Amino acid sequence: MNSVRSLVKFVGRLEGFPIAMVLLGLYIALIIAAPAVFTHPLIYISFLETVPPTLIAALGLTLVITAGEIDLSFPAVVSLSGFALSWGWKTFDPAFGAWIGIGLALAAGALVGYINGVMVARIGVPSIMATLAANFFWYGISILLAGGLQVTLKGSQDNFVHQLLVGRLFGAVPVQAFWALALAALLWFILNRHKFGEGIMFIGDNANVARVMGVNVEATRVRLFALQGMIAAFAGIIVTLDIGVFYPDQGNFLLPAMASVFIGGTSIAGGAGSVFGTVFGAYVIGSLAAGVVATTISGYWVQVVEGVVMAAVIVLNAATGKGNMAALSSRFRHWRAPVASNPRQELLQKDDTAPS
Amino acid sequence: MVNIEKYFGLVRALTNINLEVGRNEIVGLIGDNGAGKSTMVKILTGVFPPTSGELYVAGRKVDFRRYNVQSAHAHGIETVYQDKSLGEKQVLWRNFFIGREIVNRFGFIDVKKEKAIANEIMVNTIGFRSKGITVDSNVSQLSGGERQGIAIGRAMYFEADLIILDEPTVALSLKEVAKVINFVHKIKEGGKASIYISHSIPDVYEVSDRFIVLDRGEIGASIPKKDISLKDLDGFLLDFAHGLKDKEYS
Ligand SMILES: Nc1ncnc2c1ncn2[C@@H]1O[C@H](COP(=O)(O)OP(=O)(O)O)[C@@H](O)[C@H]1O
Ligand SMILES: [Mg+2]
Repeated sequence: MNSVRSLVKFVGRLEGFPIAMVLLGLYIALIIAAPAVFTHPLIYISFLETVPPTLIAALGLTLVITAGEIDLSFPAVVSLSGFALSWGWKTFDPAFGAWIGIGLALAAGALVGYINGVMVARIGVPSIMATLAANFFWYGISILLAGGLQVTLKGSQDNFVHQLLVGRLFGAVPVQAFWALALAALLWFILNRHKFGEGIMFIGDNANVARVMGVNVEATRVRLFALQGMIAAFAGIIVTLDIGVFYPDQGNFLLPAMASVFIGGTSIAGGAGSVFGTVFGAYVIGSLAAGVVATTISGYWVQVVEGVVMAAVIVLNAATGKGNMAALSSRFRHWRAPVASNPRQELLQKDDTAPS
Repeated sequence: MVNIEKYFGLVRALTNINLEVGRNEIVGLIGDNGAGKSTMVKILTGVFPPTSGELYVAGRKVDFRRYNVQSAHAHGIETVYQDKSLGEKQVLWRNFFIGREIVNRFGFIDVKKEKAIANEIMVNTIGFRSKGITVDSNVSQLSGGERQGIAIGRAMYFEADLIILDEPTVALSLKEVAKVINFVHKIKEGGKASIYISHSIPDVYEVSDRFIVLDRGEIGASIPKKDISLKDLDGFLLDFAHGLKDKEYS
């Protein structure tokens, strides 16, 4: 019994475990419902191509939400950075024009993010308003610069940058899936093992505590938004390279990205974030629509099913506490021991009612 | 503190504050809600600068443009707040080191070392006996007294010369209050200094060497303990509240 308990505890601690199980369950359900499509590797390869841009943006968003903020401006950054890349591409010789474009794209993202950060941290505008306004503004700038037109990246298939960022491993697996995973690993380390990330968690938890304990709250917020801008720009670079065309609306995945973060177990309340929860969450969101279409359910039902799955996962997260199953394992303990004989339990109950 | 003044916009929170704390002195700070006690503490601990005035730490003048919580920590000033010292959703070991993490040169945290030291503080300095509470527990699992124990243990570990306790006993049980009082006595015995803020006059009287009464942003009185009994202090504060300032003491 003891070993079962510690196993439950260990597995429960793995970040993103519940949502990983949801993803697995989803694929099993789809294999049963639409075997022709879901027993073939092609559908999974297509997910590995289409999910990464949303996932990348959602990863940055995970950190922003952990800090108790929100970023609604990344769609504009995805657009603007795509334009910057396409401009570098067509203005210079593609061999190095691609690099110039990438540099410009990242710089544009960092600039937009930095301005968001200054608005939020120094001027005190709530991030939901500052970044909403920024989304309109920078999307408008992107359309203006592009003259409302799309730009084709000529000869993109043969370009080294294309191979590096969105090529195919073994001629089959989209490389961007690995870049997204690498970014997730990097951001996990930043959030959980770097003092910048610890500052993000404490700020999202209680900015006053963070401040009196010596965290530079304002500087951390500005840096976080600048980082988020660069991450969104990276998402824009991936989208633009992958389809070989820049078009102003290419960042149109705000809601799927937010849904990915929340079903991944990161709480809107801030203070804690689940980076790998977001990874699985993005694949759940990205697989749902295609999956429902592939079953024989009428297309009109797609969004209904999506909504039901999202709501169910969020309820599951709320029930298991802060997005992991650690709470379940402690409940498991209480099932076995009579509650009244557990002094800690009594203490906790007393404290719930005490003013603090 | 010399001639410290602090405005929040047009609101004057502090004016004409002149205060000295001796190397081994416990100062009891008394005053109504909104008198400016916490504001004074925050200037002292580098959370924000004053609007005007000067601050000397160990005889050296502080440059407010470069004074922050980190430099206050480096100068040996630690603070225990009533409720805003700990991150609720964070694990205990992070709470010991937030703002001064043990990091490598890239800023990555040495988790193993931080946990080991946090455990050491919990077992030896604080004497934690609660079963099932470890350095990996969340603050939200702790009782009010246990939380205050963590905040105090942290201040003790970092070997402060001046420990400021801002209403540390709010929402604590009597037994837990006794522990806090005991801790302030230990500060005195250890040759260190403290500023103790509380609404409980008997507590303040027991631990302090001197009482400072803060009234609407101004120091109303400074009374050494030897000059006044608890009963007289109580009476004095009552008179004070009624605006009958006793000239003899001010
Ligand atoms: N950050 C702040 N912004 C604006 N006003 C503040 C701020 N902090 C404190 N004040 C004001 O300063 C005065 C003193 O507050 P405070 O120092 O918290 O009093 P105390 O700790 O003695 O109860 C109050 O009028 C309070 O409203
Ligand atoms: Mg106060």
